[in-house]
Amino acid sequence: MIAVSLVLIGVGATFTILRLLIGPTSFDRLLASDTLAVTAVAFLAILSTGVGGALYIDVAIVYGIIGFVGVVVIARFLQGVRR
Amino acid sequence: MIVLGRVLILLGSAFLFLGGLGVLRMPDVYNRLQAGTKATTLGAMTVIIGSALIAPAIATKAVLLVIFIALSNPISSSTVARSAYRAGIPLGGGAQRDDWRDAQEGV
Repeated sequence: MIAVSLVLIGVGATFTILRLLIGPTSFDRLLASDTLAVTAVAFLAILSTGVGGALYIDVAIVYGIIGFVGVVVIARFLQGVRR
Repeated sequence: MIVLGRVLILLGSAFLFLGGLGVLRMPDVYNRLQAGTKATTLGAMTVIIGSALIAPAIATKAVLLVIFIALSNPISSSTVARSAYRAGIPLGGGAQRDDWRDAQEGV
């Protein structure tokens, strides 16, 4: 059941990476990277339930913080730019 | 408790899958933002709560992570939408009304 969940999250992340590659505007790529960061946080939280994997939850917290700050900073930077 | 945690993880990963599908398939920046942010917020929170039910050693940090995601994800979503609107990305497809433009024009 955990393997099915990991495969589902992996397929969703693949769709998001496709949007990150083909996105017509910068904002498509930005929101795709935001979605990818949250998906990676959930993936790391699943990995932390394994044997000896309690370290992954720290990685998930730090990745969530860095992804959030990066998305907000890039969005504010792109605010005055045409496309 | 472990079975409940696994069911929650499966439910949340289904929501994450649907979020990725919406990001790929929606026709517009704002629709993609709606699909990508709301579905992944619910999915990630459900997956993390399920992980905390499976492994109680990480429960404290998992609750911290759930609170952080619930606070930070709407902020990043609204910031991206506002910057896309101000940069002049048009509303796509069958958009019928634009409340921000109407409010600025005083209609």
